[in-house]
Amino acid sequence: MTTIDTTSVPDQPSRQVVGFKPDLLQSGDHELCPGCGHPVAWRLVLDVIAELELSNNSILIAGHGCYTQMMKLSDLDSLQCLHGRAPAVATGVKRMVPDAAVFTLQGDGDMVSEGLHEVLHAAARGERVTALLFNNGVFGDTGGHLTATTVIGQRTKTSLEGREAEAHGYPIDVSKLIAQMEGTAYAARGAVNTPGMVARTKRMIRRAVELQMAGAGFTFVEVLTMCPTGWFVPTPAGPEYLEESMMETFGIGELKAPE
Amino acid sequence: MTRRLMQGSEAIADAAILSGCRFFTGYPMLPFTELLENMARKLPAAGGVCINANSEIEAVNMALGAAATGARAGTGSCGQGLALMQEGIAELALNELPLVVFNMARGQQDYFQATRGGGWGDYRTITLAPKDVPEAVAHTQLLFDLADRYRTPTILYGDYVIAHSSVGIEVERLDFDPLPAKDWALDGSMSGTGEARQIWTWARGKPNTPGPGPNQSWQTIAEKYDEIARVEPRFEAHCTEEAEILVVSFGTTAIFVDRVVDELRAEGVRIGSFRPITLWPFPGEALAQATEGCAQVLVYELNAGQMVDDVTMFAADRSAIRSIGGVSQDNSGMRQGDLLNAEEVRTRVQQAIGQPGPAVPSGRTRS
Repeated sequence: MTTIDTTSVPDQPSRQVVGFKPDLLQSGDHELCPGCGHPVAWRLVLDVIAELELSNNSILIAGHGCYTQMMKLSDLDSLQCLHGRAPAVATGVKRMVPDAAVFTLQGDGDMVSEGLHEVLHAAARGERVTALLFNNGVFGDTGGHLTATTVIGQRTKTSLEGREAEAHGYPIDVSKLIAQMEGTAYAARGAVNTPGMVARTKRMIRRAVELQMAGAGFTFVEVLTMCPTGWFVPTPAGPEYLEESMMETFGIGELKAPE
Repeated sequence: MTRRLMQGSEAIADAAILSGCRFFTGYPMLPFTELLENMARKLPAAGGVCINANSEIEAVNMALGAAATGARAGTGSCGQGLALMQEGIAELALNELPLVVFNMARGQQDYFQATRGGGWGDYRTITLAPKDVPEAVAHTQLLFDLADRYRTPTILYGDYVIAHSSVGIEVERLDFDPLPAKDWALDGSMSGTGEARQIWTWARGKPNTPGPGPNQSWQTIAEKYDEIARVEPRFEAHCTEEAEILVVSFGTTAIFVDRVVDELRAEGVRIGSFRPITLWPFPGEALAQATEGCAQVLVYELNAGQMVDDVTMFAADRSAIRSIGGVSQDNSGMRQGDLLNAEEVRTRVQQAIGQPGPAVPSGRTRS
């Protein structure tokens, strides 16, 4: 596996790198928009699975959203489940195959809008899975609509003048909610808008998976990802916009971790 | 095992565990509650897992996950709870995942829900309606077999009477034909091999192992349900030889109907009864034969008229059909209302066939 140094700003323009594709991807081609943060975030997960030697012992439970692409492309035993229900499905899977590494992959619409019930109860039960939230603050797959994590002021097709609390309520900080659960062993929020953030987020994912395999309890990593299409900002402006909007609202870091 | 006095819910739990059910979950709701209680008590000792879910939606999705690993799984509910499970049941059907759903219904108003479903897509659910506890024990085992054989969710249509009746019974294992290996199940071991498995209603597959895609997959699934409809209908016909009047009923109601049919036969009335055991696939061909030459086809069901739709589709003469049942609920322990009563069945049958009232009171007498 080729390791790409992501700890500093690239010194040359992006280009196709031979061997850049992780082994756990069956194809490097995807149908996501330019500037989307999901592929970077998912790459981190696949790299961690490979590094922890879980490549032949991992199951992915994917929700419905743009990230469903990752289920289609990844060389992981996969189940595509109903919107919002991944933590419930993962519970049934993990209880029957307790030695496997079980991952759920959801977006903010999937987990926080429609599936808040399932994820909070899975955390409360301390289900030994790693739940991943790729949070871009909009329904990207439907074309940029308001979710439960859309930040105040964010323009979407269903909050045209920007999210106002009076009309649309406040965004939910789901990492904070999950971190409060006794069954949660690990909860952290990272981002993929800068190389430094990418490296930091990978460490979070690795810690979460290690704790899952140690049987510590429910493990959770939220990754803030860019969605310039859904945000209606120019593609190159995505990373900076993420920092000014979502990162400003939610913050970055570990919210709960063992000593 | 020895014959023991036990409640229907416990007998069904024993039958499920004997069938190899390893995962069970549900949200308490009478009269499904006692089945959940029994599974919670017995399944862990048998090496399985029972989870008290936080909603019926969570329950059916947990069960889906367990089923996806190849484990035999069950869940259940009734009425409004079953309504919440419908999206998940459809997902199981279109993912071709086996599951047994115990619909311990409050009466017979879940007929449409059980046989038509409320989920999306072209699917059906094999639904068995036992008339009593021994049959429920057999049906439980049969449903686990059928679920695996056809890779589909199946439903046991029980009720208060079956759930709460205590009977002396020995829960014995039934033998079935060998089943194909579950080479589709997910356990993580195919990850990283280049041929990882995928369960997805759209069936598109992965780059190395493309799937048939939705059109072909859903068509194939529909053809599977056509095959089930041909092969699996089950029914019971009682005194149908030369019958001029046929009473059609399902589940526990049929016991009361059969008693009245026996009484009237003894009195010289050429009457018989027909009971679909599989509500889906509905035994339409058998019903068509049984109703051949009948002047009257009376449908006795404890709802405002649901199974009568299926009877209408298959009876030899549609103009002979009359619904003589009705909505029947009360607050008793069995919640059966006034109509789960042989005396009431007899009165309604006699009214329908133009006979005077009963010469000899039958069934329990209402005060």
